[in-house]
Amino acid sequence: MKNHLIRELSKLLDTSAVLHRPEDLLLYEYDGSVEKGRPDAVVFPSTTEDVSRIAQIAAKFNVPIVGRGAGTGLSGGALARTGGVMIVFSRMNRILELDFEHQRAVVQPGVVNSDITHAVEHLGLRFAPDPSSQKSCTIGGNVAENAGGPHTLAYGVTTNHVTALQLVLPDGEVVRVGSKQGDLLGYDLTGLFVGSEGTLALVTEITVKLSKKPEAVKTLLAVFDAVDDASETVVDITARAITPAACEMVDGWTLCAIEDYVHAGFPRDSAAILLIELEGLSEAVKPQTAAVEEICRAHHAREVRVARDDHERDLLWKGRKNAFGALGRLAPANYVLDGVIPRSKLPQALRRIQEIGQRSGFQIGNIFHAGDGNLHPIVLYDPRDATQFERAIQVSAEIIRYCVEIGGALTGEHGVGMEKNELMPLLFSDADFDLMRRVHDAFNPQAALNPGKIFPLSKGCGEIRVRPASTAPAGQLV
Amino acid sequence: MTASTSNLAARLESTISAPHVTADFRACEKYSIDNLIPSAVVHPASAEEVAEIVRFAIFEKLAVVPCGARSKLGIGMPPARYHIALDMSGLRQIAHYDPGDLTLSVDAGMPLAELSQILARKNQFLPLAVPFFEESTVGGTIASGVESSLQRAYGSARDFLIGAEFVNGSGTLTKSGGRVVKNVSGYDLHKLLIGSLGTLAAITRLNFRTFPSPPGYGHAVTTFSSFEAAINFRSLIVKSPIKPSSLEILDPAMAQRISSVKKSSAATSSSAAWFVKGRWHVSVSFEGNDAVLRRYERDLTRWASESRAASSRFLDPSEDELLGWSLREMLQLLEFATPGATIFKLSLLSALDADTRRFRAIADQCSIPSALLYRDAGALYFVLLPETDEVGDLTQLARAARAIFDFASSKRGHASIITCPTSLKRNVNVWGLPRSDSVLMGRVKQAFDPQNIFAPGRFVAGI
Repeated sequence: MKNHLIRELSKLLDTSAVLHRPEDLLLYEYDGSVEKGRPDAVVFPSTTEDVSRIAQIAAKFNVPIVGRGAGTGLSGGALARTGGVMIVFSRMNRILELDFEHQRAVVQPGVVNSDITHAVEHLGLRFAPDPSSQKSCTIGGNVAENAGGPHTLAYGVTTNHVTALQLVLPDGEVVRVGSKQGDLLGYDLTGLFVGSEGTLALVTEITVKLSKKPEAVKTLLAVFDAVDDASETVVDITARAITPAACEMVDGWTLCAIEDYVHAGFPRDSAAILLIELEGLSEAVKPQTAAVEEICRAHHAREVRVARDDHERDLLWKGRKNAFGALGRLAPANYVLDGVIPRSKLPQALRRIQEIGQRSGFQIGNIFHAGDGNLHPIVLYDPRDATQFERAIQVSAEIIRYCVEIGGALTGEHGVGMEKNELMPLLFSDADFDLMRRVHDAFNPQAALNPGKIFPLSKGCGEIRVRPASTAPAGQLV
Repeated sequence: MTASTSNLAARLESTISAPHVTADFRACEKYSIDNLIPSAVVHPASAEEVAEIVRFAIFEKLAVVPCGARSKLGIGMPPARYHIALDMSGLRQIAHYDPGDLTLSVDAGMPLAELSQILARKNQFLPLAVPFFEESTVGGTIASGVESSLQRAYGSARDFLIGAEFVNGSGTLTKSGGRVVKNVSGYDLHKLLIGSLGTLAAITRLNFRTFPSPPGYGHAVTTFSSFEAAINFRSLIVKSPIKPSSLEILDPAMAQRISSVKKSSAATSSSAAWFVKGRWHVSVSFEGNDAVLRRYERDLTRWASESRAASSRFLDPSEDELLGWSLREMLQLLEFATPGATIFKLSLLSALDADTRRFRAIADQCSIPSALLYRDAGALYFVLLPETDEVGDLTQLARAARAIFDFASSKRGHASIITCPTSLKRNVNVWGLPRSDSVLMGRVKQAFDPQNIFAPGRFVAGI
């Protein structure tokens, strides 16, 4: 049957657009998470029509479909958990329309996030959501996961910048939702599909809002000798009615790792730093910069440095955005969490994470979006040691459970995927799952799209039968 | 009264533990939608009671319309069936408000005005500057989907509603989202409730992110002899670094109506000082510290002169308050002043001047006076103001409505009517032309409300 599937897919697409040999599939077994799952075939459509036909072929052979952008996701969202056909959107990477007058762009899902900004920045515009992986991640993946980034503190996440979508449903039907303008009466289907992690439909065209670049930008680096002082500073900035464009925290241990890697000029002996960015009209940014500086000093900042030019600013951000790469030098693997907490509880949450790390014997780094309470504890471990991996997962679950206990959430921007689906009952009741399942089934009744994601397997949708992909013999379809 | 609705109040009372139930005709009349009067009104005091009422309705196959202050029940089509009005105004607690986190969790029946006072004490606010603000509940505001005049700066409800609790059509209390400002745990079902007109669920609680109040406000009204000049002024603003909290263009007719608005009978009868007869008016409001406000004044003055404005005036605080109020309440003001007022909301992004010329031409062809308000980064409102809501006028209204629907559609946009005489709904579907996403909306409805008990028929595509 698999041969027939491959043959039909190859008939539809160019042979270079269908991968099926085990050695070719290997690369698509992974994403940015610690999970694995091997597809039976990987296809590279060029048009919406291709995607629709692929969906029909997959339906005919009764195999699942998983959409994938650049594979940088951190929750296993783009992994073929139960095998099947993986649709990689990298050949659908055209910007279809730029409307500067109304500040909109219409793009295909394979367009790289930062390429949208590159295409419009000469007119002082940008696409605001800026995940750390923005140089490689695609807008389709951003839409599926409702991706965030450091600057979402002031500008919002992906969903706040998407006004319309073209979708392919599991039976191959092509539909449009939303409107270019954005304020269409009716149910907000765009809002439902963004962040649905590829479990409701495949996105083949996206209309995004473009935003004006700010006139003035000030980037501050504040250095602290105590983590508590840094987190109290964040609480105080919010309390003083200042909304920075970004407010990032990095703990001292992580900072040393970054400094070894990017040489951004971060101090090696601090307990924590804050990277705070203020944007807007120069008349607003100037007093805000002074106020933030004063708040930092009131909380015993040892040093507050304001980036003098774009070069210095870029260097500071390079350090922040390459942090995960830097940590890769210290341990064979790391597990990045994505818990969210009410931001006023930042000091106690960081203390608890430190405690958990000390108790469990794991080194846990912290580099995260402090301004909106989106934590990214990074648990370092050695995956070759199976018991260590298991314990790292348990420690992570303990941290996430704590985030939920103090009024937070499981995931702020990475998605639930196949990584946190079993933790979903911490937040949602059976009645909540029942409604989510009915909404799922309304669009994806056979669970053909991205099965085994978001929902705990015991409360799953349709006919989800999970096989451990890594142990399934190649060529055998479920 | 059908068999299923006779003795409805008595059966409700025996089924539901405590809430106040009334079947008194005069009480029920106050809940009428397009002249349809429910058989009973129920006032639940808790989310659990809401769930009990909904389960009762499912069992008895009765149609339920959740409502708040009933100010916007005229939006949408008349319900196909309407037995129970579910008055949510008894649920009015603040469940959680932590100013330090800028998050709020509030019951659906909380009046917006009261909520805004509570937030103001902490120097915060919710950017829901919506029509019927003084009487509305927070739940009704979200369910009706009316646009906030602050949308340009703060986004619409979908941008700051972070979670919700609601009783779905299976009679169970469910939730989505949470109480944190960034959250991708599960589907964003709460976004579907915005503008759903009670067709999916009875909203019991809403979670928002709140915003710090700005240090100061400013407001400029600049007038132009043509729409083209007004649009040119708008372009200069849009391309510049400044970000006004609202930017609205009013045609001469709209400006005239808005300028004659009085908040109290004590006010003098003269027009507002900013008004110039026969001109297009651009209202720009902005906020910030003193230096920022001065910057706005400087820039706006320069661009007004560059785009050959006929006049330009920075409003004093009392003028600012009255104009801000009038623009926010535009929907209600036109509705009350003109019985046949028919307000179109257009989701359209094409050539603004050519499009509006076409709309005005349609109105002229049908001999109906019109007025227009363009809300930048929001919708375009086109208003037909017939002299009466008599049959002759209605025929012309219906003709104009169809032409407007068709034209918007030809420009890859969409037009709907948000306010019109009930009698027009017999001839015109206020939601406009059929849409390609109607089938998907039907599936959402089926998932939330499989028995079709919530406000059947009020929504798009007969939902």
